[in-house]
Amino acid sequence: MSLSKHEMAALVARDIPRGAYVNLGIGQPTLVADHLPAGSGVVLHTENGMLDMGPAPADGEADPDLTNAGKQPVTELPGSSYFHSADSFAMMRGGHLDVCVLGAFQVSAGGDIANWHTGAPDAIPAVGGAMDLAIGARSVFVMMTLFAKDGTPKLVGECSYPLTGVGCVDRVYTDVATFDLGPDGVVVRETHGLSYDELADRLDVPLLRGVASGTGR
Amino acid sequence: MTATICDTAAEAVDVVQDGATVLIGGFGMAGMPVALVDALIEQGASDLTVVSNNAGNGDTGLAALLAKGRVRKMVCSFPRQSDSWVFDGLYRAGRIELELVPQGNLAERMRAAGAGIGAFFSPTGVGTPLAEGKETREIDGRTYVLELPIRGDVALVGAHRADRQGNLVYRKTARNFGPVMATAARTTVVQVAELVEVGELDPEAVVTPSIYVDRVVAV
Repeated sequence: MSLSKHEMAALVARDIPRGAYVNLGIGQPTLVADHLPAGSGVVLHTENGMLDMGPAPADGEADPDLTNAGKQPVTELPGSSYFHSADSFAMMRGGHLDVCVLGAFQVSAGGDIANWHTGAPDAIPAVGGAMDLAIGARSVFVMMTLFAKDGTPKLVGECSYPLTGVGCVDRVYTDVATFDLGPDGVVVRETHGLSYDELADRLDVPLLRGVASGTGR
Repeated sequence: MTATICDTAAEAVDVVQDGATVLIGGFGMAGMPVALVDALIEQGASDLTVVSNNAGNGDTGLAALLAKGRVRKMVCSFPRQSDSWVFDGLYRAGRIELELVPQGNLAERMRAAGAGIGAFFSPTGVGTPLAEGKETREIDGRTYVLELPIRGDVALVGAHRADRQGNLVYRKTARNFGPVMATAARTTVVQVAELVEVGELDPEAVVTPSIYVDRVVAV
């Protein structure tokens, strides 16, 4: 069986080191927060100026002055701090964030990511903090389905969509496999509901067999 | 000069001239100085360049300013939102210019302006369409792109509390672009929820020192 979004989020959460400073991108990556174990000590950063961001508030307790990057209401935790936007992005570019988790339209075998613009003529481009995150965090994880709705792979030799960052992605979590992108190439860490050979057959990028292939799902 | 305390938002924004570059704080609606933007709409300045993280939400505030046709150009990182229909319509009709800037470069370009920095090399955007045509340089094996400061004629900032000298504190994530924009404009105009006497703010807790603030109005 391929993985659900929540199962993918749980895999990402499992790989985030204890005590790490982490930014979760808008969309699917925010689900990772639900799967961080109690006592993980992971500190969530939100680009609009907060560390140790807490979960959504109880009904009726939303504070319009306390939101996340998706402009949804969030809460404070013991240890929270606030700072302005230039400091928030200094934390990214300055290499202070341990991990960021991003969604993507495409990732290339060389670690390029495209996630901000489809390039369609009537699309309104919006980039937000994606480019800063992609090149700033020490480890960049991507969470996405491996195939688009039309069946074309999203892990590709070269991205056809406009790039967000060059050579910056370290690991790609998908519904059917997890990949490490490194100097040797694309290493398959594990597969979910597909064999390594089936995976290699459906992708146009050379794959290397990782150490932990197959989860028995 | 120490800050002027204004009685009304209208008085606070009368400095904005046609063709001005106006920095407007806020991340979505958090920190958006809505009373100042509403006063700017009433005041009537046009042909504006507006620098703000987003390009308006719903039909109020910045979106209302856009809807009146007062803005020639938006400089922002994330115009497209679920409720940005005013900007979306103007953009698709070719009636507004857009300079899209990665959010960290947007903040740092204003920080540079406020700090007297002539330009800086940023790693953000290298190899992407948003760096096309810009000077690049390799420093210690990494490629950077040259980014120029963004200066405002006027900054409109929303803060939580000011003292009568113009020292500011903010509230939670509504701080966002406020402290940076306050440094980057010739005239910084601030709306606050509460105005207190000089000495009532803890000096250790002041986020924007009064030197950056020109006008304050409590709304």
